[in-house]
Amino acid sequence: MELPQKQHSLAWRKFKRNRTGLFGSVLILIYLMTALLAPVIFPRNPSSLNLMKSLERPSIENPLGTDELGRSILGRIIYGSRVSLLIAIGVVAVGLLVGVPLGLISGYYGGKVDFGIQRVTDTMLAFPGFLLALALVAVLGVGLKNTIISVGISMVPIYIRLVRGCTLLVREQTYVEAARAVGTRDAMILLRHILPNVLVPIVIQTSLGMGTAILFAAGLGFLGIGVQPPTPEWGAMLGSGRAYLFNAPHVATFPGIAIFFAVLGFNLSGDGLRDVLDPRFKI
Amino acid sequence: MIQDSLLSVINLRTRFHTYEGVVTAVDGLNMDIHRGETLGVVGESGCGKSVTALSILRLLPTPPAEIQGTVLFDDLNLLDLSLDEMRRIRGNAISMVFQEPMTSLNPVLTIGEQISEAIRLHQGLTRQEAWGKAVEMLQMVQISSPDMRAREYPHKLSGGMRQRAMIAMALSCRPRLLLADEPTTALDVTIQAQIVDLMERLKEEFDTSIVLITHNLGLIAEMAKRVLVMYMGKVVEEAPVEELFREPLHPYTQGLLGSIPWIGRKQKTGRRQLQEIPGVVPSLLEMPEGCRFHPRCSRVMDSCLKEEPPLVQSGEGHRVLCWRIK
Repeated sequence: MELPQKQHSLAWRKFKRNRTGLFGSVLILIYLMTALLAPVIFPRNPSSLNLMKSLERPSIENPLGTDELGRSILGRIIYGSRVSLLIAIGVVAVGLLVGVPLGLISGYYGGKVDFGIQRVTDTMLAFPGFLLALALVAVLGVGLKNTIISVGISMVPIYIRLVRGCTLLVREQTYVEAARAVGTRDAMILLRHILPNVLVPIVIQTSLGMGTAILFAAGLGFLGIGVQPPTPEWGAMLGSGRAYLFNAPHVATFPGIAIFFAVLGFNLSGDGLRDVLDPRFKI
Repeated sequence: MIQDSLLSVINLRTRFHTYEGVVTAVDGLNMDIHRGETLGVVGESGCGKSVTALSILRLLPTPPAEIQGTVLFDDLNLLDLSLDEMRRIRGNAISMVFQEPMTSLNPVLTIGEQISEAIRLHQGLTRQEAWGKAVEMLQMVQISSPDMRAREYPHKLSGGMRQRAMIAMALSCRPRLLLADEPTTALDVTIQAQIVDLMERLKEEFDTSIVLITHNLGLIAEMAKRVLVMYMGKVVEEAPVEELFREPLHPYTQGLLGSIPWIGRKQKTGRRQLQEIPGVVPSLLEMPEGCRFHPRCSRVMDSCLKEEPPLVQSGEGHRVLCWRIK
C-alpha cells in the first residue's frame, strides 16, 4: 500500500511495539534464511541414504537423528523449508491472482456477474478447505506443482469473499464517483482507485494464508498425496515417522515442530499486521 | 430558449426500481442552461436535485435507476450516447463537484496524481505535462505552494483546500458546464465565501456555465442568475433570481423564503416572523394526488386535490406550477 512517509514510519513504530507480531516475523525470517542458505548450513545431500544408520537418535553427527533410511533429519528439515516456503508463496500467488481480480469484478460490477461468481464461491466454501484441496489432488494428481495448484484453488474463495466485501464498501465512496465523473475507465478505477484501498486486508489475509498453506501442504504430504519422495517435505517426513513413533519418536517430532513454528510465525505476523494496519484497531 | 442554450433537459424522468416499489425521483423535469450562466437549483433534501445532476452525467447505476427523456448538449442527446462516448464527455465537456470534499479525493493517491489523471484522460498529454498542468490548476484555485501540495496526500489538506482541489480537478479540462452539487455545504462560512468567489472568477475565466445545486438560498442569491425551485421531483417555480426573491409566486417558494432567519427582524409584525412549512416531504412512494404540495400548502383549493396544476407563465422567464396563479 502506498502510504505516505509519516504513516510508513507510524506503522513500523506500531509494529515494533507489537511483540507477538515481531516474534512471528523473526520466525519467518529464520525460516527464510534457512531456506536461502540451506547448502551453506547443511553441505551434505539431504537425500543420501545410509541404511546402517537408520533411526539413530540425535548425536553430534546428526543433531536431530536420522530417519528410517538413515537420512539426516536436520538436513531434511532445512531443505524442507525450501519446499514449504515455495508452497506457501505459490499457494497465495494462485489465491491472489485468481481471487483478487474475481473479487474486484464481483464487488464492483454487481448484478449477474456478481451473482454468478458468488454462487461458485458459495459452493467452494461449502467444502472444508482441506477437503477441497484433497479432492483437487485426486483430480490433478500428486506432486509439488499440483499441491500448489490444489491448495491455491482452495484458497481462492476466501480471497474472492474478502476482496468483494471490501470493494462493495470502497466503490460507494465519493472519490470513486468523482473518478467516474471525470471519465475514468472502469479498469482504471478498479486498479488505481479501488485496489489500493482494499490492499490492507489482502496483505493480512496473505500472511495468514501462508500459514494455512503450509499446514494444508503438510497435511497432503502426511497422507502421501502431496510432494513426493525423495523431495524432503515436512508433512511427508511426519507421515513416514508415524510408524516409529514409539521406538524413535524424534523422527516425527522434529518435522512436527518445524511445521508448528512455521505456521505460528505466519499467523502471529498476520495478526500483528492486522493490529497495525487495520484502522478499526487504531488507538 | 431565447438565449442560445448549452444544455437542454427535456422531460427528464428518473425512476428507481426498489423492493418497495418504483420511486420517481425526478418527474418530467425541463430546464435550459444558457452559455456562461449560473443556474440555481433549490429545494429540500430529497427533492431530486442531486439525482438530476447525476442523471445528466449518467452516473446512476442502471438498474436500479431508469432514466428517460432528453438531455441535449451540443445537439447530442446524452442519454443516447454509448458508455464510451459518455466517458469522453465526463470531466471534459461536463464535470461535477461533489458535496463532501472530505471523501471525494482518494486517500491513497496524491492530489497531483488525481488531477493529472483527469487531464491525461482527455487531453492526451504525457505524465509530466499533465503534472505541470495539475500544478498550474492548483495555483489557479489559489492553493499556496501548489508544487508541494500536489505531492501531498488528501489527509494533509483541510476541507476548504480539498474542495479547491476538487474544483481544480473539475475545471482542469476547461469544461463548458460545471455541475456543482452543494459545493459549499460541508464548509464553514468563511471558506464558503472563498469558494464562491473562486467559482465566480473561474466561471468568467473559463467561460463555464454552472448548475448550482444547493439548499442555501443565500448562495443562490449571491451566484445564480436564474433559479429553479424543485419539490418532489418537479420544478414548481422558475424565475430570474431578483424576481424570485422579490415576488415568489408558488406557496412552496414563499415558504422557503419565509423560513430564512433574519437577524434583527421585527418579531411583532406577523408577516415578517420566521415561518415554517408545515408537515414533512411525503415519501416518494406515496405521491399525493393532484398537486404534490397540497398536503402542506396553506392555500389549498378544490382543484389542487384532484388534478396536477399546469405550468403557468407569469412574466418574462417566470413560470409557476400552481392553480392559484392565473
